[in-house]
Amino acid sequence: MGPAVARAMELLVALGEVFEAERLIPIEGAHISGVSYKNLGDAGLELLEDLAELGARARVRATLNPAGMDLDLWREMGIPQDFAERQLRVVRAFDRMGVEATCTCTPYLVGHVPRRGSQVAWAESSAVAFSNSVLGARTNRESGPSALASSIAGRAPLYGYRLEENRRPMAVVEVEAELRSRLDYSALGYHIGRTLGSSVPYIRGLPRAGFDELKSLAAACATSGGIALFHVEGITPEADGFGEGDLRGLERISVEEGDLEEAASRLSGDLEDPVFCLGCPHCSLEEIREAAMLLRGRRLRRRLWVFTSRGVYGEAERRGYIDAILEAGGRVFRDTCMVVAPLREMGWREMATDSCKAAHYASSMGLGTRLISLREMVEEASH
Amino acid sequence: MRIRGRRIVGGYAEGVALVTSEPISFYGGVDPETGLVVERGHQLEGESVRGRALIFPRGKGSTVGSYIIYRMRKLGTAPAAIINQETEAIIATGCVLAGIPLIDRLEADPLRALKTGDYIRVYGDEGLIEVTVK
Repeated sequence: MGPAVARAMELLVALGEVFEAERLIPIEGAHISGVSYKNLGDAGLELLEDLAELGARARVRATLNPAGMDLDLWREMGIPQDFAERQLRVVRAFDRMGVEATCTCTPYLVGHVPRRGSQVAWAESSAVAFSNSVLGARTNRESGPSALASSIAGRAPLYGYRLEENRRPMAVVEVEAELRSRLDYSALGYHIGRTLGSSVPYIRGLPRAGFDELKSLAAACATSGGIALFHVEGITPEADGFGEGDLRGLERISVEEGDLEEAASRLSGDLEDPVFCLGCPHCSLEEIREAAMLLRGRRLRRRLWVFTSRGVYGEAERRGYIDAILEAGGRVFRDTCMVVAPLREMGWREMATDSCKAAHYASSMGLGTRLISLREMVEEASH
Repeated sequence: MRIRGRRIVGGYAEGVALVTSEPISFYGGVDPETGLVVERGHQLEGESVRGRALIFPRGKGSTVGSYIIYRMRKLGTAPAAIINQETEAIIATGCVLAGIPLIDRLEADPLRALKTGDYIRVYGDEGLIEVTVK
């Protein structure tokens, strides 16, 4: 065992001890957070460079969460030079360790799609909730270091959501409200997380939730409540396995339209000149298509920034969606997002977005925020 | 006095106890350059954790705290050992990365049994501490 694998094993054993895991088990893949230099600082950068130097190498497929900037277009984002240099060193250190520099919070949209039932070690709370709930893979809410250690050792401690018995519903959510936009799904997730904390909700009344809606829901409920797994009746793969008997006696909440408005209003103030932002989690091809269709032929008067992964960007470019957004005066950036970019250093004071997660973190960074659906956003930003 | 606990990170270290009943966030709560606790209103505000046997209930705050513990070790400002009531992933991860002995779940509540100024020898591998009362 090389020194890097020994360090990784030591970390996994210690965490196994903390969480009372019975043993370590093999994993099939990892998704690693803690990439933005804004969060890592010099402490994290040093650790990553030390590990790469020590010979650490991922032995299972490993992808990377967003960085603090578009790795090519950082100057256009207003990123300081010093930040950019250190951010590039972070990505290089991961690259040396054999981690794919996907720089996205939606690895499942760029080909890293774990099988149902497979054990993986994912960090990034929104991707954890999506992977567990929508893909039916099994992971705990890993941290950057624990996911990296798992990728190096190819193992993870067996506890929590890796075990069948901990994946059962713990509460029932009846959605009475009619959901009209992805913002509504985000507000629903935010409300569920705030109300239930780190529970396993079984959600009823979402017969039309698609991938993008579930992506917004997952991100929001993981932000406000630390939810790592939810089931949606008739939609998510494990929901079928639970009948009335499993749901009897569980805590029940019902969600009305007023609850969604209330969740959104917590993160909405009066703003003067916000940057309008899409892409938390990173936009799918369909979301970029929608934005491009709405923007076609318009002239934006305010800043509208779209964030996505390189994989999706490439396809969107080929189909002409990127040009449509740029021609209207919008911007599209890869590798980063409005949660992990150093917004204050970039001079931002206000943000309007359709993501409760993004608004939540922007607000904790001291920015004024407002929630607004894509349609309203395009309308407002062009007047 | 010897007290047994649960070994999380092994190794031997010794130092003067610094005890607080408040959780600690290493990210934002402790200055890695100096080792001083800087969280406003914290019981330990202004105290240095450098070289101490640091005793607190558990970690709190951002997971970036793990990296801060590692950085402090490299800068020489880290605590010598950590004793928690019940530890959690941020502190455990930081201690493994930094090679700082970490023990929790002592037979006796460390916040009552240990006092700031006591001299503590931490035998991480055995999950054991030896206390010389000030």
